[in-house]
Amino acid sequence: MTAAIEVSGLSVRYGEIRALEDVDLKLDAGRVTGLIGMNGSGKSTLFKAMMGIVRPDQGEVRIAGRTAAEARKHGTIAYVPQSEDVDWNFPVSVHDVVMMGRYSHLGWTRRPGRADRVAVAEALDRVELSEYAGRQIGQLSGGQRRRAFVARGIAQEAGILFLDEPFAGVDKRSEATIVRLLRELAADGRTILVSTHDLHALPELADEAILLLRRILFQGSVSEALRPESLARCFGLDPLEQDAVS
Amino acid sequence: MTLLDLLLEPLSYDFMVRALVTTVVAAVVCAVLSCWLVLIGWSLLGDAVSHAVLPGVVIAYVFGLPFGVGAVVFGFLAVGLIGAIRSTSRVKEDAVIGIVFTTLFALGLVLISVVPSQTDLNHIIFGNILGISQSDQLQIGVLAAVALVVLLVKRRDLTLYAFDPVHAHAIGLSPRRLGGLLLGVLALTAVVALQVVGVILVVAMLIIPGATAYLLTDRFTRMLWIAPLLSATSSVIGIYLSYWLDAASGGLVVVTQGVTFGLVHLFGPRRGLVPTYLASWSRRAVANG
Repeated sequence: MTAAIEVSGLSVRYGEIRALEDVDLKLDAGRVTGLIGMNGSGKSTLFKAMMGIVRPDQGEVRIAGRTAAEARKHGTIAYVPQSEDVDWNFPVSVHDVVMMGRYSHLGWTRRPGRADRVAVAEALDRVELSEYAGRQIGQLSGGQRRRAFVARGIAQEAGILFLDEPFAGVDKRSEATIVRLLRELAADGRTILVSTHDLHALPELADEAILLLRRILFQGSVSEALRPESLARCFGLDPLEQDAVS
Repeated sequence: MTLLDLLLEPLSYDFMVRALVTTVVAAVVCAVLSCWLVLIGWSLLGDAVSHAVLPGVVIAYVFGLPFGVGAVVFGFLAVGLIGAIRSTSRVKEDAVIGIVFTTLFALGLVLISVVPSQTDLNHIIFGNILGISQSDQLQIGVLAAVALVVLLVKRRDLTLYAFDPVHAHAIGLSPRRLGGLLLGVLALTAVVALQVVGVILVVAMLIIPGATAYLLTDRFTRMLWIAPLLSATSSVIGIYLSYWLDAASGGLVVVTQGVTFGLVHLFGPRRGLVPTYLASWSRRAVANG
């Protein structure tokens, strides 16, 4: 069976700065993977490279056996952005945002039909936000905002879901709700990759973990990833890695 | 003289009727575009492009081409130059925009000073809505129609581009192309508006209506109605004022739009400063018994 995501020898550079070096990665369907790394470790760049937004200098990304560009056309990947990358004052309702997930299924004027409205209603129901559909997106709590974007991914019928720091600024109860939701979505056969610094949520959330510091330091079980010596390397506390960090 | 006479008397002049019709057309198309510009944060770029089209318009005049062609070419040239200089120098973007648009605008001024013409090209700079000819009016009508149709047909994609370009990209749309489309419409719209208020004040019509509507609603579709309605109304008021006061029409159109923004900011029902203050004052009064 082809892996949902297969990245081989991926390197990305921004001018002189090396953001990613020789990244190899394989993610299977039906699993939640935690992507752990500090700020500037290349997490966002990795997401962008897999979505085909950043062009790699070297290496290859295959999404469900397709190139990143082909996968884009099929709306294979849904992305839940970091909170600070969203304009929460933008005049759109929760329903509008989720409907944007349907755009890859719509004609060039993106006029939604009955099937699209049904899909949006179902997605909102799935994330338990139906009663908030008419609200302006910024009038939701932190956890609800994240769930609204997850609903967009569900409406998109994306097989792969990327979440960038979904637990930042989210209270414990909402965090538990999101973890449960992501577990359910993975059980349906989706591939889920979550970047986070929130290490204590990891055992509940993820089937496996990746430690990233421009290179993949580790990919494997969560318990092994959370060992102090692994984390020390990832967060640059190991003397051998000091140079790389500073 | 009754109020009705005051309103109807100007309409007995052909030039006033033409001015009013043209102003409403320009106000509507500018206002619709402005809804996206203020949300994306392109106000400064709108200012730049609307100035930078000047040499294009003059060159188009010299070769007898439609003004819109020259404007679009120079609109994209300006944005291309801004992007190119930004990515190849250490100068910050706002400075680059300032350099590019003032230089192109100045080039336009130079061209105007050397091009012999029967019509006064200075009207491009300050607007000449009261002296607008029928052929100008036709050209404005066509450009405005093209711009409006493109904006309305692609409104959902443009809103997605404004809200979340990464998602647009992830589902196979091209944010670059959508941005380019918006720029092209911006250049066309600048030509429409410059006939009414002149190149210098075009940016007002491209920013104020959208910003005013944004203060009044949380629904983008409602912004697309509120902005043109407010803009058309205040522009018509501006034209009437210029008739009664015998003062600059372009200036009065923009002043009226600015005053409308000010009134909405102060007294708007949802976010107005005065209602918000009164609400918190009465809450405090209640709390203090």
